[in-house]
Amino acid sequence: MKLAIKLAYRNLIGAGLRTWLNVIVLSFSFVVIIWMRGVMLGWDHQAKNDMISFEIGGGQYWHEQYDPLDPFSLNESNAKVPDEFSELIKSGDLEPILIVQGTIYPLGRMQSVMVKGINPNQTILKIPTSKLDTVVNAIPAVIGGMTAQSSKLSIGDYVTLRWRDINGTFDAAELVIVDVFYSNVPSAEAGQIYIDIEKLREMMIMPESATIFTFRNSEADWIEVEGWRQKSFKELTKQVDNMIKTKTAGQSVFYFILLLLAMLGIFDTQVLSIFRRQKEIGTYVALGYTRKQVVGLFTVEGTMNSILAAIVGAIYGIPFLAWQANHGFTLPIDASQFGMAMSQTLFPVYSIGLIFTTILIVMITTAVVSYIPSRKIAKMNPTEALRGKLQ
Amino acid sequence: MKHLNSLPAEECSLWWYIIINIFCLKTNFMEIIQIKKLTKRFPMGKGEFTALKEIDLTFTKGEFAGLIGPSGSGKTTLLNIVGSLDVPTEGEVLVLGKSIGNLNQKDAAQLRKESLGFIFQSYNLLQVHTVYENVEFPLLLLKKSASERRKMVMDALEWVGLTDKEKSKPPQLSGGECQRVAVARAMVKKPSVVLADEPTANLDAKNSHNILKTMLNLNRELNTTFIFATHDEKVISYLRRKIFLLDGQVEKDVIVENPKS
Repeated sequence: MKLAIKLAYRNLIGAGLRTWLNVIVLSFSFVVIIWMRGVMLGWDHQAKNDMISFEIGGGQYWHEQYDPLDPFSLNESNAKVPDEFSELIKSGDLEPILIVQGTIYPLGRMQSVMVKGINPNQTILKIPTSKLDTVVNAIPAVIGGMTAQSSKLSIGDYVTLRWRDINGTFDAAELVIVDVFYSNVPSAEAGQIYIDIEKLREMMIMPESATIFTFRNSEADWIEVEGWRQKSFKELTKQVDNMIKTKTAGQSVFYFILLLLAMLGIFDTQVLSIFRRQKEIGTYVALGYTRKQVVGLFTVEGTMNSILAAIVGAIYGIPFLAWQANHGFTLPIDASQFGMAMSQTLFPVYSIGLIFTTILIVMITTAVVSYIPSRKIAKMNPTEALRGKLQ
Repeated sequence: MKHLNSLPAEECSLWWYIIINIFCLKTNFMEIIQIKKLTKRFPMGKGEFTALKEIDLTFTKGEFAGLIGPSGSGKTTLLNIVGSLDVPTEGEVLVLGKSIGNLNQKDAAQLRKESLGFIFQSYNLLQVHTVYENVEFPLLLLKKSASERRKMVMDALEWVGLTDKEKSKPPQLSGGECQRVAVARAMVKKPSVVLADEPTANLDAKNSHNILKTMLNLNRELNTTFIFATHDEKVISYLRRKIFLLDGQVEKDVIVENPKS
């Protein structure tokens, strides 16, 4: 094996440009695959972090009837704050949120929104709720960037909100936008308006009510409370996981094409080598190599392409990947339109596992691709090979 | 064995002197290659082509012999079988006591690695390796240490007068130089037998004579058996034994009294 490695190295280095072309293509595959997988991993981290920061905190309790996808049951999906939660709410480890349906009329257009009542002093979510305490001549409201964009509202704008209270009576009031936040989380931003929970309770005639509760800490002790469902952090981020999985599966096709391109180069070189280097193969056999050893040598030679590619890839790949991790990859199209938790600039995250798995997959694939054509050598007649006669 | 031969009789007992000389004599005339009733047939279309017909030959240590004949006479086929690159269809070929027909791939490779050297018409050097690396190759297979390899390679390059070209690659060398590298590669491990297939076919007269003189010197100094396959007059003039082949059969086997030296 040691000898095969030594000879393979000499043969590869001696082959010059042919080797380096293969190595460069293969190294490109290494870097791009690691980068793309890093972007996916970064997106996953970022999406989850943003969701934690702006929407789900460390987990939630949902009213048993609450279904964020069913607007008809929304106004019934709330109940009085259970006594079991009082201590946690007092300590600031649990925040109640009241969610009702409403309609706003920006620039004369009608737009359905979810009105979320939230404590202005909460510190669990990164939503700038402290602005809800602003004293103005209308109800202070905070909206997300996506709502601001779709409704063309900005800070200081007034908009009419219409809602139906617990008795089914329609009412309306003027809101003033006191802040716009950006979270990359569509479910926290798009079609959402945040106002003071006490004000919303008053408007809805629902004192002490809440639709959901958000935990600060994901490792908090959950208690069973009748009428309320526990939604763990994992359960709430499952959708992101599924989405990333789907995207990753889609990207696998791209990895496969990249890998295929690189492997095609190696396979081509190996097949050509079997024909072009027949005399050399015959010489190895004449000098005392068994055919099995020659097959081994050619396989090691092919596999060594991936080792050289990993080294070359590291030379230009490490600075590139590090630069990407710091500066991120800005999507050329508006990510807010995708309807999923996705930042405009994605910051790739690379793990040791990701790098080693990629290198291992490429190396194993290269070894297999190198071995397949090399098997032909075993069937070669050494006397014919020595004469370089095509078989 | 030289130093044993050169011991003065008075320093040894008479009996020791006799035993040593008998041993040396036996070694020198030991039959290292025995070919018995060798027939080689190749499939050709629906039938077969007989390349060698019932060849009987023996080669002793230190011979400088040649298989002479026109194209298709079976020279290379015979050389390939002796070199364990091919197997007999019928008959037996014993090389250093090993029956070529009964060797498996691994044993045949072992025989070539340890005891046989090859010189080819088109040199068959490893093009991307340097002269040094080409000559070093058989020693790598024999797992010699780096210092041993260095010494042996430099010795071999000195025999063929190429010490100054150790870092050159074959494409940078002339035909004569390439063949000298091939000779050095064949000789570096000091094999028992060197098989040379048309070694001068691609060389001019001057280079041919130089190569042949080099091989003759090595044959004398190292007592290596050289077997050539050739129809080149220049080579034939140096041979001490000429085996004429025609249509796969031995036509004549001649010992030359005064070959060119």
